[in-house]
Amino acid sequence: MADKSYKTVIIGGGPAGLAAASSAVDSGLDAGDVLVIERDNVLGGILNQCIHNGFGLHTFGEELTGPEYAQRFEDKVKERHIPCLLSTIVVDISTEDGKTAREAGREKNPKKIVSAMNKTDGFFTVEADTVILAMGCRERPRGALNIPGYRPAGIYTAGTAQRFVNIEGKMPGRKVVILGSGDIGLIMARRMTLEGAKVEVVAELMPYSGGLKRNIVQCLDDFGIPLKLSHTVIDIQGKERVEAVTIAEVGPDRRPIPGTEETYECDTLLLSCGLIPENELSTQLGVELSRVTNGPVVNESLETSVPGVFACGNVLHVHDLVDYVSEEASEAGKRAASFVLHEGENEEDGTVIPVTAADGVRYTVPSSIRIGHMEDLQRIRFRVGAVFKGASVEIDFNDTVFRSQKKKILAPGEMEQVILKKSDLTGFDGLKSITIRVRKNEDI
Amino acid sequence: MLDVIIIGAGVTGSAIARELGRRDRSVLVLEKGPDVCEGTTKANSGIVHAGHDAKPGSMKARMNVLGSRMMPTLARELDFPYRRNTSLVIGFDDEDRKTLEKLKEQGEENGVEGLAIISGDEARGREPNLSKKVTCALLCRTGGIVDPFLLNIALAENANVNGVQFEFGKEVKEIHRERGGFVVKCADRSMYEAKYVINAAGVYADYFHNLVSGRKIHITPRRGQYLLMDKKTAGFVDATVFQCPTKMGKGVLVTPTMHGNLLIGPTAEDIDDKEGTFTTAEGLAEVLEKAGLSADNLPTRQVITSFAGLRAHEDGGDFIIGEVPDCPGFFDAAGIESPGLTSAPAIGVYVAQLITERDHAPEKKNFVAKRKGIPCMATASPEERKRLVAANPLYANVVCRCELVTEGEIVDAINRPLGAKTLDGIKRRVRAGMGRCQAGFCTPKQMDILSRELGIPLEDIVKSGKDAKILCGPTKQADPNGTICFGYTNAADLESRKQN
Repeated sequence: MADKSYKTVIIGGGPAGLAAASSAVDSGLDAGDVLVIERDNVLGGILNQCIHNGFGLHTFGEELTGPEYAQRFEDKVKERHIPCLLSTIVVDISTEDGKTAREAGREKNPKKIVSAMNKTDGFFTVEADTVILAMGCRERPRGALNIPGYRPAGIYTAGTAQRFVNIEGKMPGRKVVILGSGDIGLIMARRMTLEGAKVEVVAELMPYSGGLKRNIVQCLDDFGIPLKLSHTVIDIQGKERVEAVTIAEVGPDRRPIPGTEETYECDTLLLSCGLIPENELSTQLGVELSRVTNGPVVNESLETSVPGVFACGNVLHVHDLVDYVSEEASEAGKRAASFVLHEGENEEDGTVIPVTAADGVRYTVPSSIRIGHMEDLQRIRFRVGAVFKGASVEIDFNDTVFRSQKKKILAPGEMEQVILKKSDLTGFDGLKSITIRVRKNEDI
Repeated sequence: MLDVIIIGAGVTGSAIARELGRRDRSVLVLEKGPDVCEGTTKANSGIVHAGHDAKPGSMKARMNVLGSRMMPTLARELDFPYRRNTSLVIGFDDEDRKTLEKLKEQGEENGVEGLAIISGDEARGREPNLSKKVTCALLCRTGGIVDPFLLNIALAENANVNGVQFEFGKEVKEIHRERGGFVVKCADRSMYEAKYVINAAGVYADYFHNLVSGRKIHITPRRGQYLLMDKKTAGFVDATVFQCPTKMGKGVLVTPTMHGNLLIGPTAEDIDDKEGTFTTAEGLAEVLEKAGLSADNLPTRQVITSFAGLRAHEDGGDFIIGEVPDCPGFFDAAGIESPGLTSAPAIGVYVAQLITERDHAPEKKNFVAKRKGIPCMATASPEERKRLVAANPLYANVVCRCELVTEGEIVDAINRPLGAKTLDGIKRRVRAGMGRCQAGFCTPKQMDILSRELGIPLEDIVKSGKDAKILCGPTKQADPNGTICFGYTNAADLESRKQN
């Protein structure tokens, strides 16, 4: 495997990487020209520990568990005989001669050198025409939240606890407080309860939950677990193992309000306070990152600032549903294949239309569209920064409203999308910019 | 009867142990914690102070300057990370400048070399992120940084290789003078006898001193809170930046760590609780605010963890090192606060000399002065990586992805002399779990390796102390009769449940 050359190397064998790989082959690449590198000893990524159901409703029209969902995509990769390196960690990605994208110039596609290692092949490099970044994300740890107190055992991210329970078959604790209402935290509130633990409370700093509505209903409400919005952890007691956690209400400035402290005796504090795309490799490669998503800035082809380097899934921006990860990753696989097969054919007409987020919209993916590279339909995904009821999602072309769509509810926990036709863009004379914004009721 | 018992396996106790190990004598280190480096040594700035801070003539001044001079050679001998990154004490006005000049004089009197007062612009020339408001600085060319864990671990490992015994989980409770020596009793009822006892017990050193001496000392735990930032901030500052001491206090420092993180802190809070190593919202806010004075655009969004340590501040303000006058044979290394880490190697030499004056033990012919540390894949060159992996394929299996720590390094950390037995032990030896995800991904993997290498069940693995268990038992299990039972009920419980 070592020191070979590939058309496309995919970093990560989770849902994004697997979908990207099979799509790249379906789009014309030989399976032998594609390589998936996965750091774990199995494919499927975090889905392996997501043993609850609810995956695949959009993609397959049925409710699958995480491992089942992963299996469907793993099967696709196996059917296509796409080589996958397991237990292999990529330690560096660079461009040929150490040139960054800009140095190499946009017209030239510098080869990418992927350095990796595993027990069988040792330390090795492979060469790639294109790279698809699909490394996923990680959870925000306690330290990043600046929670004061002792540093005992018993403080875990929800994902770590999920691994203990679902993979190792071990309980990380019996009496639990959860900080953050991200989806994994909600899922783990139910999971721990089903395993006989007592989940005392879920505290959420923001005045709204960061998770999906359905998870709040199915994982908290159905089990009588209180969700305290605008609350945070202000102290952790217990020198060796967690003994108690104190939470307090926070004001609009997100600072604790004196007098609202409540102390819960517990042995465990789980954290579900946000996910951070894992872009350390992307940074080494010189890929430009968005300050909002912490993921690469991409164009309509999900191509990053480094030509021939694509990104998809949670490394690009954190998704709510895996179905959208698969969809996005399939697009990235297709675009990477097209980059290899049709390089130079696609005459660029030079027009790049920036896509901007405004008024309640936090970001958009992509953040620019090259009309010459557009497909007939272009999906633009985004998230909002607060809860909006009865507001509209507005698409502006230059300074005029191109389309406005009323939404019953928009929430930060749910990813939104708009779809534009190529003809929408080509048919608009003098198009310079596209803006996606939330227009509140009273504004209309 | 042993020759020497040392209470405490922190950096001071371990440095003394290493030096005592040079001669033919039986030495035992009794440590309350599960590992070396469990007290003051594990939570401090990791600074090798140049030596301008201490009052001339004080024990602190003497040990600091000697320790700082010893550090480069010791780092080569014992293979721990140390770097002379220089330090700057920054001032904001004329009054500060006067203070800096006094510090310079004081430093020179202490024997510190390479001190100079530079202008604010010169200081910013060296450190572009320094605050625009800095008008002057004391440049200390011999200032350095060290990995405090690995300094401690290296000293202890080397002492152990040279025959010094270490026992962990031994909380000394009583010390009696008997039969020309001492009887030392621990909380677990174990008892040891030795001719000499050395008190290197950090914040508890006053307790042991006062057990044997009528001349009481008093140690105040002085808490210092810190914030540590992601390695992405590497290069934000290269030198250690101190603030000029004022009437308002000593200020906080902004420094790179040996591994490229950015560290800010500490606070200085006198507390009563010798175990009070918790952080507070106020303390962390104070650090952020004060550190913000030193540097513009401090990358505070990159904080990955915060922690607190306790300095052992003796009322007299100086180190108390030497034989206790009214208790011959009992030696103090007490009140070892800053610059204790820097001073430790010198304290080791000094205390060992005092013991040698008494016991005249002959030098060992086979003393091993050198130690080889654990190879580090993260910093190895591609060629070194290839070589390491070829020699041991476990060096290609990455366990901690943030810090790029491999299974090979972790196995090495567990199996070497005084090896790691806890997750914190692994962390301090090879940095697994010390990165931006703070062990979220690698905890289960590290536990598997610990379980395998130590031959203990997963449930018995601890973060640090014996009660710091990570897991509390299995999930619900199906019993042979097909009913579901709770994992935490044992067979007897299950029987009684069935009967009910």
